[in-house]
Amino acid sequence: MPTPAHPAPGHPGGHVVVVGNGQAGMQLIDSLRAGGYAGAITVFGEEPHAPYQRPPLSKDYLAAGADPEPLPLRAARFFLEHDVDARHGVAVTAVDRHARTVAAADGTTLRYTTLVLATGARNRPLAVPGSGLAGIHGLRTLDDAERVHAHLGRAANVVVIGAGFIGLEFAAAAAARGANVTVLEYGPRPLGRAVSATMSGHIAAAHVRDGIDLRLGDGIAAFVGTDGHVTAAVAGSGAEYPADLVMVGVGVLPRTELALAAGLEVDNGIVVDGALRTSDPNIFALGDCANFPQPRLGARARLESVQNATDQARHAAAAILGETGEYDELPWFWSHQGTLKLQIAGLSQPGDGTVLRGDPATGKFSVFCFRDGRLAAVESVNAPADHMAARRALAAGRTLDPDQAADPTFDFKAWSRDPAPAAV
Amino acid sequence: MSTITFHHGDGAVDTLDVAPGTSVMRAAVSNGVRGIVGECGGQAMCATCHVYVRPGYLAVLPEIGDDEDEMLDCTADPRDPRRSRLGCQVTLGEGLDTLEVDVPGSQV
Ligand SMILES: Cc1cc2nc3c(=O)[nH]c(=O)nc-3n(C[C@H](O)[C@H](O)[C@H](O)COP(=O)(O)OP(=O)(O)OC[C@H]3O[C@@H](n4cnc5c(N)ncnc54)[C@H](O)[C@@H]3O)c2cc1C
Ligand code: FES
Repeated sequence: MPTPAHPAPGHPGGHVVVVGNGQAGMQLIDSLRAGGYAGAITVFGEEPHAPYQRPPLSKDYLAAGADPEPLPLRAARFFLEHDVDARHGVAVTAVDRHARTVAAADGTTLRYTTLVLATGARNRPLAVPGSGLAGIHGLRTLDDAERVHAHLGRAANVVVIGAGFIGLEFAAAAAARGANVTVLEYGPRPLGRAVSATMSGHIAAAHVRDGIDLRLGDGIAAFVGTDGHVTAAVAGSGAEYPADLVMVGVGVLPRTELALAAGLEVDNGIVVDGALRTSDPNIFALGDCANFPQPRLGARARLESVQNATDQARHAAAAILGETGEYDELPWFWSHQGTLKLQIAGLSQPGDGTVLRGDPATGKFSVFCFRDGRLAAVESVNAPADHMAARRALAAGRTLDPDQAADPTFDFKAWSRDPAPAAV
Repeated sequence: MSTITFHHGDGAVDTLDVAPGTSVMRAAVSNGVRGIVGECGGQAMCATCHVYVRPGYLAVLPEIGDDEDEMLDCTADPRDPRRSRLGCQVTLGEGLDTLEVDVPGSQV
């Protein structure tokens, strides 16, 4: 029985406290209210801004003449209409699990019935000599993007460290603004952990065609500068690349500090179960900061994507409202790099067999990834119909023959819509 | 300023004045118009900014691009062969000073 001090979360006396007003936190609040939650909601966000969308920061936002206003995640009106106490610019500093309270940087202490950790991630710092020089940037927040945007128009030589999604998106945006762009990647191929080797090869070729100097198998060793400002990046091979702007995109670290201090289980993210509950049943974690059981991989995973943040938020909201069930949404992702519109449905793994559909020379094609004889993921370039069809098929657990996937006369889209598929 | 009107299924109406160059999706999301999500930030990659343009405005709209066309086949509410557009691909201003759209019942 709920005690008066801790009413059930669905009860009007409940209080859901959300730490983090990013993609996951805001969707959770939206879904809670849409699901009929009548209790109190408070959301804390450490950044001094109303909630905004991150993906455009490495894409449209960097273009010359781009709208300087970020795209909001929810407008100011949302908080009034949904009776949400929004504390933008206020960090949560501690969680007391026994008292069920959070302490915030504005000096307040609030009691919660359910706590939601949607704290996201921070950029992984580089520890090479010279990393503190001016002109070396990361790209996670609106403040980062504003700094970079201001600098980008004046930069002649740009060096990007790391050929991940954000590094490559930034490289394409910088090249489009006329800079000489070099990308240094320690690994043998771009997007090494995220896409199949086949797709990676095509992406590398496209960037090279667009004039980007892609240096694979060579990491950053040091930065050198004059008067405190970076002038060059020195690679492990000894090669030196002139730089007046450096973008560091070497991945992120989940923000687990509150969870750790509160004694929750943490292992590459805050460890949650299939309902997205942490080791404390009154505390949920979701989005970039959460390490969850991923049934499609048969392993734990921590994903960084809008899909993951919003679908997990919908799932956690339902769980708070009393629904049971294991989180099992299909992962999907997009990245826009210059002329490449990359879309991924499912998760590819090293060792997957791949089949090409379409001709990469046309700039429009997909890579179908098969694991244990079943369709596991589809990576598409400038082929949204393939992507959406793949999402339908994978979400429904359907598979097709690799020969069908490669056959241009096979209507994948129509097949994916077939409501009564023949057994495969 | 351009004016855009969103008509909701329950009869409610949102009318917004926006600067020329603003997309229908950005206008909606920035002003908290319910029913328009814009999850991909305007990249024509999510189809959660679907709107039905009212017939009187169809003639002045920009043409549907290939990506938009493919994504419109994947909207949560059914595509209307004439009226469906992605809100992020329709920009106010330049001959489109007023626009009226119907907001679909669902986007996800
Ligand atoms: C530049 C960039 C481009 C991207 N592009 C894409 C893309 O194209 N496609 C895609 O799918 N994904 C993309 N992503 C990833 C996507 O934006 C993230 O996966 C998503 O934002 C994760 O949502 P989240 O709510 O978990 O974390 P976030 O959105 O990071 O939100 C977490 C928030 O919590 C706050 N916070 C943390 N600790 C505290 C505390 N103690 N107190 C108060 N507040 C706190 C943080 O300040 C932050 O604002 C991109 C990310 C970046 C940075
Ligand atoms: S905002 Fe995603 S398709 Fe328009």
